[in-house]
Amino acid sequence: MNTEFELFPEAASTNAPLVDHLYLFMLAFSCVMTILVAFLVFYFAIKYRRGNNRVDRTQTPPSNRAELIWIALSVPFLMFIFVWGARVCFALVRPPQNAMPITVVAKQWMWKFQHPEGRREIDTLHIPINQPVHLQMISQDVIHSFFVPVFRVKQDVLPGRYTNEWFQATKPGEYRLYCAEYCGTNHSRMHGRIIVQTPEDFADWLAGGTGSEEPPEVAGQKLFEQLQCATCHRPGASGAQQRGPSLEGVYQQPVALNNGRTITADDAYLRESILRPTAKVVAGFQPIMPTFEGQVSEEGVLNLIAYIKSLGKQGEPNPPPSKGGVRGGIPDASKSKEPSGATRSSQVPSSDLSPEAKGGTP
Amino acid sequence: MSATLEAPAIPPATPPTRLPRNYLNAAYTVRSWLLTIDHKRIAILYLLGVTVFFCIGGAAAVLFRLELMTPEADLVESETYNKLFTLHGVMMIFFFLIPAIPAVLGNFLIPIMIGARDMAFPRINLLSWYLFMIGGAFTLFVTVAGGVDTGWTFYAPYSSTYSNTYVMATAVGIFITGFSSILTGLNFIVTVHKMRAPGMTWFRLPLFIWSHYATALIMILGTPVVAMAILLVALERGFGIGIFDPKLGGDPILFQHLFWFYSHPAVYIMVLPAMGVESELIAAFTKNRIFGYKFVAFSSLAIAILSFLVWGHHLFVSGQSIYAGMIFSMLSMLIAIPSAIKVLNWTATLRKGSITFDTPLLYALGFIGLFTLGGLTGLFLAAMGIDVHVHDTYFIVAHFHYIMVGGTVMAYLGGIHFWWPKITGRMYPEGWARLSAVLVFVGFNLTFFPQFILGYNGMPRRYHVYDPGFQVLNVMSSAGASILGIAYLFPITYLIWSLKYGPIAGPNPWNAVGLEWMTSSPPPTHNFAHTPIVDFEAYEYPSSSAAIADTHGN
Repeated sequence: MNTEFELFPEAASTNAPLVDHLYLFMLAFSCVMTILVAFLVFYFAIKYRRGNNRVDRTQTPPSNRAELIWIALSVPFLMFIFVWGARVCFALVRPPQNAMPITVVAKQWMWKFQHPEGRREIDTLHIPINQPVHLQMISQDVIHSFFVPVFRVKQDVLPGRYTNEWFQATKPGEYRLYCAEYCGTNHSRMHGRIIVQTPEDFADWLAGGTGSEEPPEVAGQKLFEQLQCATCHRPGASGAQQRGPSLEGVYQQPVALNNGRTITADDAYLRESILRPTAKVVAGFQPIMPTFEGQVSEEGVLNLIAYIKSLGKQGEPNPPPSKGGVRGGIPDASKSKEPSGATRSSQVPSSDLSPEAKGGTP
Repeated sequence: MSATLEAPAIPPATPPTRLPRNYLNAAYTVRSWLLTIDHKRIAILYLLGVTVFFCIGGAAAVLFRLELMTPEADLVESETYNKLFTLHGVMMIFFFLIPAIPAVLGNFLIPIMIGARDMAFPRINLLSWYLFMIGGAFTLFVTVAGGVDTGWTFYAPYSSTYSNTYVMATAVGIFITGFSSILTGLNFIVTVHKMRAPGMTWFRLPLFIWSHYATALIMILGTPVVAMAILLVALERGFGIGIFDPKLGGDPILFQHLFWFYSHPAVYIMVLPAMGVESELIAAFTKNRIFGYKFVAFSSLAIAILSFLVWGHHLFVSGQSIYAGMIFSMLSMLIAIPSAIKVLNWTATLRKGSITFDTPLLYALGFIGLFTLGGLTGLFLAAMGIDVHVHDTYFIVAHFHYIMVGGTVMAYLGGIHFWWPKITGRMYPEGWARLSAVLVFVGFNLTFFPQFILGYNGMPRRYHVYDPGFQVLNVMSSAGASILGIAYLFPITYLIWSLKYGPIAGPNPWNAVGLEWMTSSPPPTHNFAHTPIVDFEAYEYPSSSAAIADTHGN
């Protein structure tokens, strides 16, 4: 990983060749233009040097022809590059449907990953080869940027808002991950590794966790209970007794707001509703929900969203928390240790609560 | 060409061996300088200011290029490194590149070139200089106090909440300097509109004036926006008012929009005046009218207008909508057209010229080469698919140095050499000057060309420590920087030397046309003995070879 001198970077994703082709085309075009300009400059400069009295310096009458021809040629060409560049960009930012979801939480100066099966990693990300991977990213503090040169992808990681990135690795190996947006003192040390493995190796690695790691939706359900969300968002209850809307089947569905607008309950909306509940209140409800800003960490919010996502369609009794129920599903023991509000932090994985809620220093 | 004592073609000759009363020897007291309202003296004051700031910014670059010789941290700590590149960026952009050509050469030349006695508002002109120096002093205070580490871009929420360095003092410095820029722009616009000599129609104006006019438009329209953005950062930092930090309910992307709404046009504040200088140099040393004068003039205005519509190309990977990105990508492509017209027209101006290779022309030809490379790599960046990969890498660093150093600094040095005899009345030593021009070109390319390769290979910018695979190219870059650093010291040295020992220049050592060459060198305080009446076009050089041979005699 970047220990050898090279003139051109390795390409290790399905999208890398798309970027490289455009780049090489532009490189060729630039070489032609540079050589042309340099040739003309040298040719004219030498030919029309003052000492050379054997050249014809008779001026031709001025005309606009040269410029108009230039404009007529360059506009279509520039639009061609624009369209090509935009098409490559669409390929870079639009993840395919079957992509494997991984969540990324960035902070000064660390990358934290969580796999859908629950396995967590710091500064190292294992992924299987030939499998599209979709990163949902958020920052705890300043702006970072997730940059993997061999995949030719980069996306800023923002505080307060999810951004997305995807890639499909084509070569097993260990690759560099950089933070590309200046983020403070140790910006240049905020790097990591992407380890691309064969599906078998990846499955082995995935199975080799400590066993204490829960899938996000399971951790989310616990947190949901710890925070006593069900007091208001009771599953299965009907309208009149509800203080808050039911969350079953709400994910990615249109929601009518009390200001008359309709919004899709996507990750961004769910996140906002947890942290700033009064911003967009569902029609028919009062803005009585307290904010959980400062109480739930970014990982906690992601887990809560994963839990809400896993809730079945409205009306289904006891929706399964996770379709896969991977590696033991919900440990029943956790339910018996139902907390009584005040000591919630002792029950929840510490990373799900925010540093302030834990009383620790950031 | 050495100093010629031959009589100038046009106005009455004064005895060339004895300098008449001029703006330099009109008075000698410190007070006469600090309270001067003569645009030429104010230009000299700016020259001193920007030279000091350039040296500070350059020294910072020398230090971090030394640090980057090895992948590990060995010379300075990360905190120091971050402060060094911030100091370099802030000094070079706000206190050198933006003011250098307009405030030094523009101030000196605009009134003379249009046949005026001074700027429209001489006192505001002096006020601009004081604001500039007060802003600079704040920023210097920051360096003494301990530095600032946000990068010159001040991205929130890092700058507004997280950085523990002197963000406020730097912000105040830049904020104050912004007013200097606005007032200078205002002065230029009014001067060009109201102060032109009889007969100096818009299409008789030198292209230097056109490009400064376009620059002035950007200055007065764009600078207030960056001032607001910086003020908002200060409000958030000082009073916790949530504007950019999401924790306070703000939006970090908003800062980037406000910042680049000014800072992209600011690139053209830096490069448009350079284009104006370029036109003057090419015309004077080819003895040719600039090819397609009107296209070159209007392309400056086209650039000024388009420059306000492309800021979003800095935000392709920021989380901005891809559809917004497409609009900005398309408009960024279009801005290449007027820029390319200029390059091609300068090249075409060489054709059928009578070319002498004096130092200013060497810089001018260097400008064409470097600006072409900078402009072409700009197309790479405007294409979204490539920008995603190279954004915030050394590719960007290389690209904008090709524009700002390869373009602006080359033109600035070319212009300083070209007008040095007019400003001081003395010639610089031609041999040394040619040598340093070549050294600047070689050193520049060795410094920045490897950075294109580094960038595509994936080395992010603003990295203190880096992977060992990047070392070879970084060593090349640092080696180039050392050549470049030394090459910059040459002109500083021999230009000071020439003040006392340089040959007397005479009014028109280059046999150039233009009103500035029709008055004595240095010009008298009021520029012209009599207000000139302009009955000739810009760059009206004799067009046949016979005529040229005739004019130049030997």
